[in-house]
Amino acid sequence: MKLNERSLAFYATCDSPADSAGFLYKRGERHGAYHRRWFVLKGNMLFYFEERESREPVGVIVLEGCTVELCDSRGEFAFAIRFGGAKSRTYVLAAESHAAMEAWVKALSRASFDYLRLVVRELEQQLARVQWSSNVERRVLEREPEQVPERELERAPEQDPERALERRAPRENGCAVWNMAPGTDPLPRGAAPHRASGCEAEAGPRPPPVPPRCRASGGEPAGNTTEPSAFSRLHERYGSEVARLRQQWLERQQGQQP
Amino acid sequence: MRYNERELLCLARQPAEKAAEILMRVPKKGSGLKRRLVKLVVNFLFYFRTDEAEPIGALLLEHCRITKEEENVFSISFIEEPERKYCFECDSEEQCQEWIEALKRASYEFMRRSLIFYRNEIQKMTGKDPLEQYGISEEARFQLATRKQ
Repeated sequence: MKLNERSLAFYATCDSPADSAGFLYKRGERHGAYHRRWFVLKGNMLFYFEERESREPVGVIVLEGCTVELCDSRGEFAFAIRFGGAKSRTYVLAAESHAAMEAWVKALSRASFDYLRLVVRELEQQLARVQWSSNVERRVLEREPEQVPERELERAPEQDPERALERRAPRENGCAVWNMAPGTDPLPRGAAPHRASGCEAEAGPRPPPVPPRCRASGGEPAGNTTEPSAFSRLHERYGSEVARLRQQWLERQQGQQP
Repeated sequence: MRYNERELLCLARQPAEKAAEILMRVPKKGSGLKRRLVKLVVNFLFYFRTDEAEPIGALLLEHCRITKEEENVFSISFIEEPERKYCFECDSEEQCQEWIEALKRASYEFMRRSLIFYRNEIQKMTGKDPLEQYGISEEARFQLATRKQ
């Protein structure tokens, strides 16, 4: 199979910054003797040169679909790049110190394009979630809570269908809906709403369990997979339930005052 | 230059980001347009004869330039030899544009720049470094400082 070798050689030797570079011993395929070579890692390509000043690499190892493992049994600071599949080659390399070995193993095991793409996709989704939540939050804070249309709470960046449900669950709406009566606590504490009058003096009716939060700062959204429209309706229902119970409690309290 | 051919051949058999039968011309004297199966896998473009399982060749898509030539046609050239062009003639202008877009985004360097961009944006909005959870926030390759290209 032909490879664009001239361009590869240029990529290896041009002044674009290398991800890692240094001397390593490479075990020969046939004889098992180690040869000292100058290694340069750029992206998912591990080039090796006879000398540091050599104009062209002797060879390159394409780092896709491989694992990197330590094989440092005899204190040689050795590690291996192993590919899957029958009859595939294992490259055994040795560093000149323990620290160098660790650094190379770390760098090489994360060098694949596949790995980079995974991380980029994750960050892409994370950014979308962060932007979307901050948008919703901004809109909610700017208006009366009852005016936030269901539509807005539902809309979310639709990138990956499997993640869409996870992403569409809106952030919990803080205290806006709970705090219906002025001067009361934003989050009332106390017994469950369907419990009848066993209320203590200091506690109001307890709201239903708080809907799972969607953490804005880079964390996972909660595993809330209910439909957003159902969630908004549920949210409103709880809100009016709480308001009704709070009203009842207040009336009861007032009835008890002498 | 030696390379791990067996592994590269294995890579050529992986599911592709994009694949199509396209007319291709290599920058060799006297070569004409030939129908090839062209397959984009990670940052490699493999090209096969349409009835063969093993690719004729592979292009590593780093430091390359993707250029729109005439209608339906684009080319790939490498910065050290910009006149040496691999030409591709698509079935439609739409297909041509799709390939150009896909190939421009195919390099490791492009991916890296995207990562740095997203990292920066998320950090600005949340005050947290999203790479910390992966344990790679200190790696030189992902630093925000501009890299000399």
